[in-house]
Amino acid sequence: MKRQDVPPPYTAVARHDVFPTPTHDEAARFDFLTAFNKYLSGTIGAGNKIAYEKRVLPAFRAEHGRDPKDRFEIRRAMNRDPWHRFWSACKRNSMEMRQQNGRSIVLRQLDRLDATARQLNEGRDTLQLDPNITTPHYQNAVDIHCMPGSYHGEERPGDVSAGANYDCGIFATTGGGLGALSDGGGQALVKWIQQERPGWKPTRILDIGCTIGHNIVPLALAFPDTEIIAIDTAAAVLRYGHARAQSLGANNLRFIQMNAEDLSRFPDGHFDWVQTTMFLHELSGKSLPKIVREAERVLKPGGLMLHLEQPQYSDAMPLYEQFIRDWDAFNNNEPFWSAMHAMDLKQVMAEAGLPRDCQFMTGVRAVVDRNVFPQQDFGEGEDHGRAAVWNAYGAWKPAA
Amino acid sequence: MSDSIDWIARAGARAKGKRPEFLDDPSAERMLSILLAVVGEVSVLKQRLDTVERLLDAKGTISRGDIDAFLPDREAAYERAVMTKEYVARIMRGVQQNMEAMQTEERPVADISIELRDN
Repeated sequence: MKRQDVPPPYTAVARHDVFPTPTHDEAARFDFLTAFNKYLSGTIGAGNKIAYEKRVLPAFRAEHGRDPKDRFEIRRAMNRDPWHRFWSACKRNSMEMRQQNGRSIVLRQLDRLDATARQLNEGRDTLQLDPNITTPHYQNAVDIHCMPGSYHGEERPGDVSAGANYDCGIFATTGGGLGALSDGGGQALVKWIQQERPGWKPTRILDIGCTIGHNIVPLALAFPDTEIIAIDTAAAVLRYGHARAQSLGANNLRFIQMNAEDLSRFPDGHFDWVQTTMFLHELSGKSLPKIVREAERVLKPGGLMLHLEQPQYSDAMPLYEQFIRDWDAFNNNEPFWSAMHAMDLKQVMAEAGLPRDCQFMTGVRAVVDRNVFPQQDFGEGEDHGRAAVWNAYGAWKPAA
Repeated sequence: MSDSIDWIARAGARAKGKRPEFLDDPSAERMLSILLAVVGEVSVLKQRLDTVERLLDAKGTISRGDIDAFLPDREAAYERAVMTKEYVARIMRGVQQNMEAMQTEERPVADISIELRDN
């Protein structure tokens, strides 16, 4: 058996000052959940396609005299298949168990976490919360990916439980694929921009929907002279994210509670780089283009807009793949995921003022310390939606 | 311990959003949740026992604090991860075999029994 056939231990996850400290058994429970997730996605994830090809598709053809015309027809048929149902039940339980373990670790030591966060947050102008920012409807409809309380919930006023729970569980959900600080995505962005524009030193970067800032901290550390602003609508995760960033020395990073649908506090062309990382799929049909338009407005001519996401659906992607990539949309409380991945993002960016000939798409793989976190092998099928591989949909705004 | 919060109860709180019905019988859903939770706890126990054994090998006598402070080195982490991978495969044997069965077309053994009787 190769090293990369098994994940690293949860004890290898880095612990910054405000990271919740797991007991031996709590870490072991995350080790189990990591192994279980890898098994469900890698070893037996293939069972879904087998069920489809061996019985669901033949039955569909027999009943309708044609192939399924979209991913929804496949989903309705697969949701009657006992294999897929049982696999889905295991996968959903796995997420619920991850949430319980994370919350248990965090809530047990919330006094310490809140006190440490307060020390790192109090009196610093790098954290600006605004009680007038309300939770948008698309964040209130369900608790996103089964996090009780979602990003904005509090167990008691001013606590950091939402962010701490989010931070401590990433390892289990991604099979350890994002590195010790769960920032493999942010590290990938650093590597990508250094290869794309060697020597480029942006003056000002905006990270939209930063959550706990795990993907923007690597950029802040790689560009210490750059002013970086990270925004989110949820105070609960900003509180934690700021404390985390301060603990990791990212002092050029300012966290502001804002709704990206209204960036009026920033003038036109204010930023060299506007970034979103695994954010667009948690919006809505109307807010997404609005946010992209605002992002374009505050982007300097010659500047970079970049959105890191799972791949968009297109005619080039088999319908079965679209269906299985949609699993989180319907079974893991990611309701906008399905519609979002079917959107024509290039068209949205073009309508926002970034013409197609300045747009690009590139693959981005998580960058992690391979000594500790060996390249994870997910077996026959990619773990659609959870693997540490994304598409970056971007544009260099034409110079004035 | 955070006295102002019932952290045990709150840890298990549900997420807002209607849970899909994966299985036909609601009690089967509940049983699966209970079973998988127990499966997880057995894995935890195995790992704790592995820790105790490694510490005993190294030290002869150990305290509870030793167990809680134990951090596996790279080799130990690898061995424990292999143990957990094997454990998952063992508890999921039935599901894995069901997946393999989907790739075959087999008649009931009773039919074969008749065939063998007559040939």
